[in-house]
Amino acid sequence: MSSRNSAGAPGPGAPARTSPPGGGLAGSGSLWGQVAKIALLGLFTALGVWAALPLYVGGNWAGIAVVAAVLVLVYWVYLSKRTVPLKYLLPGVLFLIAFQILPVLYTMSTSVTNFSDGHRGDKEQAIAAIEAYSVTRAEQGREFGLTVATTGDPETGELVFLLTDSDGTAYAGDIEGLRPLDDATVDPASGRVTEAFGYTVLTPAQVNARSQELEEFAVPVGDGAGIRANSLSTAYEGRATRVYDAGCDCVTDTSTGVVYTADDERGAFYSEDGERLAQGWRVNVGFDNFARFLFNPTFASSFFTILVWNIGFAVAVTGLVFVVGLAIALTLHVPRLRGKKAYRILVVLPYAMSSLAMYLLWRDMFNTDFGLFNQLLGTNVDWLGDAWTARFAVILANVWLGYPYMFLVATGALQAIPRELTQAARIDGAGAWQAFRHVTLPMLMVAMTPILIATFAFNFNNFNAVWLITKGGPFPPDDPSAGATDLLITYTYRMAFSQATAEYGYAAALSVMIFVIVSVMSVISLSRGKALQEVDR
Amino acid sequence: MRLRSAPAIAALAATALMATACGGGDEDAQENTDTTLVIWSDPERAAAIEAAAQNFADTNGVRVDVQQLAFGDIQGDLLNAHQAGNAPDIFIGAHDWTGNLVRNGAVQPVELPEHRAETLDETSVQALTYDSQLFGVPYSQENIFLMRNTALAPDAPETFEELVEVGTSLKDGGETSEVLSMAVGQEGDPYRMNALFTSAGGYLFGQDAEGNWDPNDLGLNSDESIAAMEKIAEYGESGQGVLRRSIDTQNDASLFFDGEAPFFIAGPWNIGDADAADLEYAISPIPGFEGEGPARPYIGYQAFFITEGSANSALAQEFLANHVTDPGFILSLYESDPRTPVQLEALEEVSASDANIAAIAEAGAEGMPMPSIPEMGETWEPLGKAEAAIIGGADVRETMESTHETIAEKIGG
Repeated sequence: MSSRNSAGAPGPGAPARTSPPGGGLAGSGSLWGQVAKIALLGLFTALGVWAALPLYVGGNWAGIAVVAAVLVLVYWVYLSKRTVPLKYLLPGVLFLIAFQILPVLYTMSTSVTNFSDGHRGDKEQAIAAIEAYSVTRAEQGREFGLTVATTGDPETGELVFLLTDSDGTAYAGDIEGLRPLDDATVDPASGRVTEAFGYTVLTPAQVNARSQELEEFAVPVGDGAGIRANSLSTAYEGRATRVYDAGCDCVTDTSTGVVYTADDERGAFYSEDGERLAQGWRVNVGFDNFARFLFNPTFASSFFTILVWNIGFAVAVTGLVFVVGLAIALTLHVPRLRGKKAYRILVVLPYAMSSLAMYLLWRDMFNTDFGLFNQLLGTNVDWLGDAWTARFAVILANVWLGYPYMFLVATGALQAIPRELTQAARIDGAGAWQAFRHVTLPMLMVAMTPILIATFAFNFNNFNAVWLITKGGPFPPDDPSAGATDLLITYTYRMAFSQATAEYGYAAALSVMIFVIVSVMSVISLSRGKALQEVDR
Repeated sequence: MRLRSAPAIAALAATALMATACGGGDEDAQENTDTTLVIWSDPERAAAIEAAAQNFADTNGVRVDVQQLAFGDIQGDLLNAHQAGNAPDIFIGAHDWTGNLVRNGAVQPVELPEHRAETLDETSVQALTYDSQLFGVPYSQENIFLMRNTALAPDAPETFEELVEVGTSLKDGGETSEVLSMAVGQEGDPYRMNALFTSAGGYLFGQDAEGNWDPNDLGLNSDESIAAMEKIAEYGESGQGVLRRSIDTQNDASLFFDGEAPFFIAGPWNIGDADAADLEYAISPIPGFEGEGPARPYIGYQAFFITEGSANSALAQEFLANHVTDPGFILSLYESDPRTPVQLEALEEVSASDANIAAIAEAGAEGMPMPSIPEMGETWEPLGKAEAAIIGGADVRETMESTHETIAEKIGG
């Protein structure tokens, strides 16, 4: 039954149609198929609910709608009998959307903002931080022993601070202000109120549950100052020096009198003489990030230098691994050679080792004083300190790590080409080179072209190779942000994650650019590959 | 009929299955209503913090959950988690993160009660202060120092010249291959170099009267700084060859431990390996240049911070104000992770029993806290690369002036 179903096509001599194609995924599969389907759908539903719960807590209705839509779609596709092709396509399409298309869209949306350190959150968060950070201890501000209490229910009742000053006098303070407290029991050891008539003292856990309230709570003592808690057991007198006014959309510093006005284009508060408050917010900046590396002289020259080297690097590495890999494959393809297997294992070894460790090893081999190269060659070359030797080093290390793969693919492809063809060419009078050039190579390229394109695309973004060996260096002394061996991807990474001010917006714009460049190159090379067109036909 | 209802049955069964899957989770959810204070720490200190915080947990009837991250990841992950709303309540960090954390509104100010603040080393509190506001509670400090192989160099050198003289005679005698093992690397190391740079009179940022760093007073192109780098260049690759780019943080320690270098600019992180290595060593301050100022290594402080928006901020504030400043807490942390405490009582007790701690603290006596302003971050890469270029033989004045411009442009914008 199942074998007939999974074939999906009428067997020889069988009636034209006995059951719909789709195997166990179709409505009338075997019992086990049904059970497996129910289990998987159940699991998927659980996953959906698990995803929807935090969205519900966060009040994200659009998110819940998307989750529900996906669930309904999955149920429809796998329970209906009319959607056979979709049963195969849906998982791939969902993963493609989740892990390829969404990240690209998110990167694109980030690339038109000023998302960076100092511009991470929204405006409300920036204002809250500015006000909270400006609370300072009042001059000769008093300190108090603190007991947090309430007049009502521990969870919702109004907060009251039961305070004792340095003389041991007890006070009660609420949002109305401070007043003396007469009938309070003060613990002589800690100097804090432990009990007072009419107040319920809160436990640490109860106080903690009201943390957000406590952060904003201050007992007013006049002149803008307030008594705030600075731990569960102490309070101090302080005042906020910076106050936001929604009317003028500005922050006033009451101690200096400077007014900082919100600039919604740059996402920060600026004073009249151009000084800004550190806490800013994320705003849309349009295509400024793109303009920066395309038109700003400093950034544009870095960008285009890197781009040229990046293409050169990818071409050089791809070309060299192809030539070296193919040459070795041809050598080991000679029928008379003995010990072929041993040679092949040796050649593939670099491919079998962890490339991360290998890159670090290569880096150390290029050390001026202690590295293998200078000691073997008896030279004193500062390999990674000079632009061209560093580029050479990076390419060399990559060719060493990359050629075994090419060798494997070429060996496989060579074995698929009948030797008779070459022999026939030789009998017809072609030299060894001619036979290779006009018979073997064209047939090889059918298999090799897609691999070469993949290798090119991989090396175009070969982050590890550069980051682990040179970190993009050496750098010109006047521009530490763009080094001689930097690829676009390492440059982007430095912008986003590795420098003091993370510039996600700018890095996202660079990523979009890389995406465009690689896509265009791949499309062109795929559409122009003659060998591939032959395969397509 | 059977066939048509099959999908409906399957759908029902799948939904029922889902319901049972969800049912299992409910018991866990119940437990989570207990108050839990989440702390981020590096793996090295996690167990110590968890044990030391137990007292706090018991006193206040809450749970403390210490989660582990690589130290270098904490700042970046914290900023991202804060934005996503799932940050911890408390995290450990380095004091020089303060500026960036404040700029992103990711930390809460801390107001230490006076009787607690005065038990901490004053410079350490100053180092965690940004814009006259305290943002974290320091608990340990670290600084680099000079480690010497006492079999090769029995006496601590008084001046850098003396160090070079002793080292050179050892090298010429064939006993060692290096004069000094000081990491420079291809990208330079301004953290280590600051000791020599300040001794020779150079400065990076100026300070106002209250000790706040002034990002507008960048000193790299000043005559003092250029003269200082010229002095350092004398020991570079085109000079005496004492400072070289081929020595980096990957091989500096092994050069010393293998006996190839009599002197080593080391940090507390090298102590464990030094004890395990087969040599006698001693710790002393990094010597300054003869007739110049003392070498001032950077001092880095480790501190506890509270995340802005923490749901448990009351407990977190209590933890920082009254427990991180408590000598008992610090000592129990020290026992599993020996770092120099900044809590004065704890420091006294630890120094009495651990000679290394006392020697490192002495080596840091002339030190300066690493500036914690966000602008500081912009100086590392350019300055390091400039120092590496100068040690490699580049023109000092030209390099320093262009580096000054690069940095000024970055922090101005």
